[in-house]
Amino acid sequence: MRTGAARFDFPGFKVMTFLCLFILYAPLVIVMIYSFNDSRSITTWGGFSLRWYVDVFTGPDSAKFKSAAFNSFSIALIAATVATAIATSAALAMVRGGRFKLRTATFGVINLPILVPEIVTAVAILIFFNTIGFTRGYMTILVAHIAFCIPFAYLPISARMQGIEGVYEQAAMDLYADRKQAFRRVLLPMMMPGIFSGFLLAFIISLDDFIITNFVKGAGVETLPTAIFGSVKQGIRPNIMAISTMLLAFSTVIVTLSWLVSRIDRTK
Amino acid sequence: MAGGAASGGSATSDAYAPARGWLLMPAWLVLGIVVVAPVFLMLIYSFLTKEFRGGVIWEFSLEAYDQFFFDRGLFGDEPPTIQWAYIQIFWRSIWQATLATVLALLIGFPTAYFIATRPVQQRTVWVFLITIPYWVNLLIRTVSMRFILRDQGPLNDFLQWIGVIAEPLTIINTNIGVQLGLFYSYLPFMVLPLYAAIERYNFALSEAAADLYAPRRKILTRVVLPAVKPGVIAGCILVFVPSLGSFLAPDLLGGARNFMIGSLIDEQFRGSAGNWPFGAAAAMILLTLVLMVLMVLARQQARLEKGAG
Amino acid sequence: MHRQLRTSAIALCTGLGFATAAVAEGEVVVYHWFEYIPQELVDKFEAETGITMVIDTYDSNEAMLASLRAGGMGTYDVAVPGDYMVQIMRDNDMLDTIEEGELSNHGNILPEWLDVDYDPGRRHSIPYQWGSTSFSVNRDVYDGAINTTDIIFNPPEELSGRINMLASQGEVMALAAIHLGIPMCSPDRDDMQALNDLLMGSREHWLSFNSDTAREILVSGDAAAGMIYDGFSARGRIEEGANIEYAFPTQGYIAWMDNMVLLNDAPNRENAIILMDFLLEPENVGMLTNFTQYSAGIAGVDDYLDPELAAQPERNPPEDAGPAVFIDVCDQQTQEIHDRMWTALRR
Repeated sequence: MRTGAARFDFPGFKVMTFLCLFILYAPLVIVMIYSFNDSRSITTWGGFSLRWYVDVFTGPDSAKFKSAAFNSFSIALIAATVATAIATSAALAMVRGGRFKLRTATFGVINLPILVPEIVTAVAILIFFNTIGFTRGYMTILVAHIAFCIPFAYLPISARMQGIEGVYEQAAMDLYADRKQAFRRVLLPMMMPGIFSGFLLAFIISLDDFIITNFVKGAGVETLPTAIFGSVKQGIRPNIMAISTMLLAFSTVIVTLSWLVSRIDRTK
Repeated sequence: MAGGAASGGSATSDAYAPARGWLLMPAWLVLGIVVVAPVFLMLIYSFLTKEFRGGVIWEFSLEAYDQFFFDRGLFGDEPPTIQWAYIQIFWRSIWQATLATVLALLIGFPTAYFIATRPVQQRTVWVFLITIPYWVNLLIRTVSMRFILRDQGPLNDFLQWIGVIAEPLTIINTNIGVQLGLFYSYLPFMVLPLYAAIERYNFALSEAAADLYAPRRKILTRVVLPAVKPGVIAGCILVFVPSLGSFLAPDLLGGARNFMIGSLIDEQFRGSAGNWPFGAAAAMILLTLVLMVLMVLARQQARLEKGAG
Repeated sequence: MHRQLRTSAIALCTGLGFATAAVAEGEVVVYHWFEYIPQELVDKFEAETGITMVIDTYDSNEAMLASLRAGGMGTYDVAVPGDYMVQIMRDNDMLDTIEEGELSNHGNILPEWLDVDYDPGRRHSIPYQWGSTSFSVNRDVYDGAINTTDIIFNPPEELSGRINMLASQGEVMALAAIHLGIPMCSPDRDDMQALNDLLMGSREHWLSFNSDTAREILVSGDAAAGMIYDGFSARGRIEEGANIEYAFPTQGYIAWMDNMVLLNDAPNRENAIILMDFLLEPENVGMLTNFTQYSAGIAGVDDYLDPELAAQPERNPPEDAGPAVFIDVCDQQTQEIHDRMWTALRR
């Protein structure tokens, strides 16, 4: 039935789609091109070169970027792992826990970090840490990231769980599996694609965050976004473009990975 | 997106009902302590007395809200009149966010519609193409936008080369720069929920309308658009809310000359203003605004779903 | 795919190794202005002492104060506030006292910078660099006379709407007061009203408020004039070849001295003292000054300076230049009114 949809095409829409893609990609492509620019100036083209990539790893700012990259990736890894575990557990209760009084409230709380503008969350967390005397630093960033990553991990996980009908677990239990076995052997494997994409989403969201991190970071603890922000204020240098291109490549690999996983799942 | 998750889904069962409390405990604990409690604390802070040069004194005061809504002159001793300065900042933010949302809708709807009308196998590729830029760090995207829009940047070079303009357009450090930045930042947020809605739309309805000799344009506005309204609302929320509180676009593309809500709040905590209660009050007012918008839209969406079902 | 994952896992572990190694050696945490210390000097310090220097940056005195007040105390060892900010921090009991004899190079401080009124006897601070703040103009855009603050507050047509201001309340307010010829912290209502009218009236001529992009925006041509520090402007002219000229208005301009202060509750107080001693060595300060292109406040530096530095137009005011004045610290009531003006200015 839906194949007839093409009949309701508007030729202008195709143009708009390409315009949309052009708008989305043009800035990224330009950054990518200029990261290979030999010239020190960002406005003139001085030939192809990899010097800015070398500069990222050996240049004067390399120590700063290395520690920022370490902070970013380690925080993203830990925060995404913890957030995914919490979100999976919450999704079990929300999707498989029947109706209960606080269900709507719980749903609201879980999604609060998505619904509330980031600056509000940032201010609230800053005030909170300050009141309890929690010194700003690596730990404050990590705690904040775990919290706001939860909804991003929760969305794909709960969506996936809703797609799995209860009959599978019921069947396993009819075959004398206990609840734990039914979970470990049946539900969990079936949920894996959802958990995986939830983890990746949380990972990227954490890696990407600027506003909250900028509020709660402490002495000398930078993540990649805050380090880049500090650098670009003094002018967009080619080494920033090189870092950006590497992050772009990294993100693309991750998204492709998650896309492939979801496709494997679909062929089942 | 928001609607689908809220309605629960059909596969809900109660197999884990006994362990419910334990399963929800970690989420409640973490979000309760790190997000909910801080928001309440922020509410309390907005009613405290400010300490000179940053910090608060634990004494009740309405001064923060008074400062927000009432103008008592430069020296603070004139009879109060309505303070337009901050309302103006909020209004500007709402206006900028609205324009960015409309722009995103204008480009996003045709794109989502186009993708949804492709053959099934092609759709995932198109969606994939739309999502990739969203995964790139927002900061990097904003920076590259700044690079492109500069007076001597590629966009102006191009426009001058094809002869549309003689002098470079100044876009950076203007409101237009901020709008373009917001629009660009959150465009994928518009396309994805729209696509999800249009894909679910049953084109048999369009066929029926076409059989009754409705022109295609009319089918789009009278049949398709009402049916995918929940997707439109979800997309608008996802662009509007982050735009409203954004900080990067005004700072990097607006030259920090015209404050938006995000910069105003930031300035109270990390800039020179150092007025914590006022920053907390401004954040509370922003939060209230956003929750009001969400509530109105959620109610409308619920009504739509009820009507459809 | 798997290999990529494994490589990143290895990279993570190696990074972890680095991080722990650094902690073991000891560190000193510096809260610093952006772009205010050359990497060679950091490397030299780390090589000589084995102490890792961790640097976090800010872009205005006020932002630094705000961050320290918002739970930053106890995480940094030293900061580099300007003159008036040293006094504010001292009044707020944020500075630790350097005991007599703790700094072996204390004697290197030039006598004229020893008994400064914001820190008599240098009990909490050492000189870092000093210089001036006024503004620079792109000479390709405007070639008229620029020795007047009218360039900022009542600009010629070529410059109107293309002026960048520092995102620094203290400096903008001070320059406005200089333009009007009133005392900076005048509590007089007419003076303050005039100050407010001037700022609000000039606002339309200003493009943006940015400190850390102050040089870049002039070099790139995005702004045609802008408030800037003398050495920062010199670096834009020399390192990046921009045709910008630093102005010395006849009404006067701002003088400042940045100082490294020892913060209360410093987690690595001993290392902080070592760093301060290091920054009192003429050779090191010479390296620093050659980089920042400002001026040093300690004796014996001249031997290490680039010969061209002394002749720079940015550090040699012409005869008709007005007085260079330091920023005053206002009382609370006046300051709160200034805060109100500043917020209104940027709405």
